[in-house]
Amino acid sequence: MSSGVGVDPRGPRVAAALTSAVLALVVLTGSVWLLLAQAAVFAIGAVAGPQATPYGWLYRRLVRPRLGPPTELEHPAPLIFAQRIGLAVTGLGVVLAALGVSGAAVGAAALAFVAAFLNAAFGLCLGCELYPVIARLRSARGI
Amino acid sequence: MSQELTRFAVLGAALVIAVVIGLVARRTSGTAARDAGEQVLTADDLGSTLGSRATVVQFSTVVCAPCRSTRRVLDEVTGRMPGVAHIEVNAEERVDLLSRLRVRRTPTVLVLDSRGRIVRRISGALTGQQAQAAIAGVAPEAVAA
Repeated sequence: MSSGVGVDPRGPRVAAALTSAVLALVVLTGSVWLLLAQAAVFAIGAVAGPQATPYGWLYRRLVRPRLGPPTELEHPAPLIFAQRIGLAVTGLGVVLAALGVSGAAVGAAALAFVAAFLNAAFGLCLGCELYPVIARLRSARGI
Repeated sequence: MSQELTRFAVLGAALVIAVVIGLVARRTSGTAARDAGEQVLTADDLGSTLGSRATVVQFSTVVCAPCRSTRRVLDEVTGRMPGVAHIEVNAEERVDLLSRLRVRRTPTVLVLDSRGRIVRRISGALTGQQAQAAIAGVAPEAVAA
């Protein structure tokens, strides 16, 4: 759990705000393609880290030059985990929608929106903090 | 038309839920609740010796960002208190303790008295002042020292 490498924590907050906006649009339009695009962004973040996503690029290009240097760096592990949760939820939505489940895209987008909005507005990663609940459910089912 | 209305309602509901969760999480973070002291943790449970006055047990995961700030705060606070130990438990390796102690969130901080009885429980990131107050309620002499 040692640190050393770090990410400017304001980048992921901006990315979460953009993610929230995209997911809100998916909820309003029901567009599976837009949800697929967001899932692809999550996939990049889950594999290569949040800085590698288009949102990370936008932050470095447009926002970062207007700000001072970060006072504190954040460890990338929680950020990558958050991207994985996003990928799982939106990916499931895309798959179910492709199978013809009505409301799947809107439902998954709404769920992911709650998580992304919490991240953007409160700096809270719900899935990261609720690990014990997930672990207990898993062990109860013997997975 | 009605479908559009439904979608607006879904987005509105998601927004309200997110704000409520955010406010509750912010409000409950760092507040210490008294525990009955019926549950006991031993040095064997924790794989580390208990403090002579009090022990602060922190449940963390690698993927939890506030766990890192909490670790810094607790290291700093307990470092100033003789007889108070700070033990960090990796929640991913100790699912048994998570179930036994009903830990739902990381970081969760338990404050044990000198005999290992759990007497305070704090969920979420905490400040130095909150940590000091929680330990003072268990081992006032450690804070005065």
